[in-house]
Amino acid sequence: MDAPKQPLLAVDDPVLHAFAEEVGAEGPVAIEGNRTRWHVGGDLAADARVIKAPTGMVAYAPEEMTAQVRVGTPVAEFHAALAEKGQRSALPERGGTVGGAIAVGQNALSMLGRGRVRTSVLQIRYISSEGRIISGGGPTVKNVTGFDLPRLMVGSLGTLGLLAEAVIRTNPIPEVSVWLRSDDADPFGIAATVLKPSALLWDGTATWVELEGHGIDVAAETAALAASGTFREAEGPPALPAQRWSLKPSELLKLTGAEFETGEFVASVGTGTVWAAKPQPPRQLNRAAQLLTHRMKAEFDPPGRLNPGRTVETA
Amino acid sequence: MARSALKSLQSLKDLAGRASRSGGRPADETASDPLIGELRAALSPDRVRSDGAQKALMKKDASVFEGGVSGPLCYPESTAEVQAIMKLAEKYDRGVVPRGAGTGLAGGAIPLGAPIVIAATKMNHILEVDLDNRIAWVEPGVINLDLTKHLAPMGFHFAPDPSSQQVCTIGGNVANNSGGPHCLAYGVTNAHVVALEVVLPSGEVTVLGGLDAEPLGYDLRGAFVGSEGTLGFTTKVAVTITPNAPDVRTLLLSFDTVRDAANTVSAIIAAGIVPAALEVMDQRITQAVEAYVGAGYPTDAGAVLLAEVDGLADGIKIDAERIGDIGRQHGATNVRQAETDHERALLWKGRKTAFGAIAQIAPDYYLHDTVVPRSKLADVLEQIYEIADRHDVLVMNVFHAGDGNLHPLLVFDGREEGKLDAVHAAGAEIVTASVAAGGVLSGEHGIGVEKQAYMDLMFTDDDMDHQARLRRAFDPVCRANPGKVLPMGHSCADIAALRSVPADVWG
Repeated sequence: MDAPKQPLLAVDDPVLHAFAEEVGAEGPVAIEGNRTRWHVGGDLAADARVIKAPTGMVAYAPEEMTAQVRVGTPVAEFHAALAEKGQRSALPERGGTVGGAIAVGQNALSMLGRGRVRTSVLQIRYISSEGRIISGGGPTVKNVTGFDLPRLMVGSLGTLGLLAEAVIRTNPIPEVSVWLRSDDADPFGIAATVLKPSALLWDGTATWVELEGHGIDVAAETAALAASGTFREAEGPPALPAQRWSLKPSELLKLTGAEFETGEFVASVGTGTVWAAKPQPPRQLNRAAQLLTHRMKAEFDPPGRLNPGRTVETA
Repeated sequence: MARSALKSLQSLKDLAGRASRSGGRPADETASDPLIGELRAALSPDRVRSDGAQKALMKKDASVFEGGVSGPLCYPESTAEVQAIMKLAEKYDRGVVPRGAGTGLAGGAIPLGAPIVIAATKMNHILEVDLDNRIAWVEPGVINLDLTKHLAPMGFHFAPDPSSQQVCTIGGNVANNSGGPHCLAYGVTNAHVVALEVVLPSGEVTVLGGLDAEPLGYDLRGAFVGSEGTLGFTTKVAVTITPNAPDVRTLLLSFDTVRDAANTVSAIIAAGIVPAALEVMDQRITQAVEAYVGAGYPTDAGAVLLAEVDGLADGIKIDAERIGDIGRQHGATNVRQAETDHERALLWKGRKTAFGAIAQIAPDYYLHDTVVPRSKLADVLEQIYEIADRHDVLVMNVFHAGDGNLHPLLVFDGREEGKLDAVHAAGAEIVTASVAAGGVLSGEHGIGVEKQAYMDLMFTDDDMDHQARLRRAFDPVCRANPGKVLPMGHSCADIAALRSVPADVWG
């Protein structure tokens, strides 16, 4: 049997090599997507050279439920290509790029149905601080080969490597998707009765439920919801306030304070994400985790040239 | 490259042989060992063992790999005790190896260089079931199936369900990012760990991840899961608990050939159905299972496909019918649906005791673990049969077909002259063929010592350099499980040196 001439993940794509050249090995450099979450993690240092990641779908295998895409590609464009084959992904669609979605790591509004960004990245390619192309993970839907660089890159804000390309897990688009709204239901009771809502939102009074799946199942769940309140079909989710909070799901049971007056917030029941007008009070890593974070940054980017000014410690 | 991998595996075995030959010294030398004295003072005398019998047990796991040399064996009961062990390891410059149930198949728990073995055995408590957050806090020594049994009255379960779930531990599942048949729909361990309390190799304690929606910082919990004990010792794990589906349907499809079964699997996924599980067994394993437990599998079929869908009653009825139709379109000779819970349980019992059934055929087996794209399943399986035949080794296939996770099972008698070498040679070709088809080295067993020499089939030197950076950020001196995962030249530990007993250590 002929042995392969180079490792499976060695990169031939000239587009990625050109991108690595552009990143180079010296001087502060940052990557921009569509700037929809540009200020997450702090403001970029003024002297940083700003570049864009390469774009385009590299390979899409619907029967494998995987898509290999250069991360400068807008999520909407990526999802449009998947939709042609009846699929979608966990990436949030809100005007940004695939790379932005991975680097920021925030989940889609319907994360209960679409999955989380952190588990949807199967393989990642990035340009290192030294200007080298690095691959981590692997192209298959299941893989435990070696240390898990894709997990480390999700939510890293480009501070460990500049993202270039990813293999993303795709999922079938359900036969039916419907949003329902009620003004008299208990969202926490619903969480315990509906098997798998794709989203369950609550603003202190009104509840929104997204049900997806076989038409016959959605009809059955809609009927079952009648026991919890009066539901009617809604056009979609409510408008979301600008600031994103990360709480424990149990904390939503006892939201207090002015920012949580009815109608001033939207909470994602079962996940703990809350959107409110005011920002969440700063969170802090414990001392040991902070030390680990500094060591990780020092290992991956010794001169601190990647996305200077940004840190995951305050994101 | 396959040849060089095989060669280094051979030299690894030689080194291992040397190490074990020089390892056996009398147990009472340990009485004066100051490390043991300090460990006993920190824990209790009965929870630090150094007798030969205990240490001999710890030298191996469920893989075929030899050559482990265990240092003192500790059974801590608390995070503080693990911390004390870690600090003493630092003081005496010894490695530490976490150990769960020892069911690993890649040699990940084999102690190299006479490290301190930290057994999770006595940290086996389910600390809290938190229904509001849909998680459970457990200690690392909790048995996988015990957690699911504990959750059953509440209507929940722990989703990862490796075949070893009756004995394997949650700590081991975390270390290996374990899978199982039902991970097709529900995801592997990484998707089910939200937070970890960890004792770092420095002796510091930290919590990685968190119960909140999007924890602050790098995803260090994600980096830790699947790191095979090389980043520290986890003392508490917050795992998600999954509600039991209200309804389930289990089908058994029979085929004339493995190719038909594999093609059916690919077609089911391509049709947009995501079953809870899709497991294929070939005729040899089916016959072995039937002889062993009588699960009701057809022994005349070339292969069977065990398919399960769960969810709401009406929807899964549709899915089950579509799976049956797709099977028939791809040559299924029979489609049978389990009519009762008993019948369903029996079908699963057959699948999960497959490896036990092998003991009836030959004394030894070597279970491989690679992943290939689903569409390549049939081609790679054909190659696997050809490879095994050429090396005169009996191969059986029982695997997680739904996610392309192959488990070729090489069955042999290790007492036969040269047989183990033939098994390793066949294994090397199987791994190479899987990667050549666009697959990966391991789907759920890990790299351990088994596949270090194959890492360069997948990764470039730069890629492995970055994996080593991740490792170093947690453990700059390679104290935790030294000599695993990354191959020689990419690891911070001198792997060759670890395979002989250090001069100043009694082993």
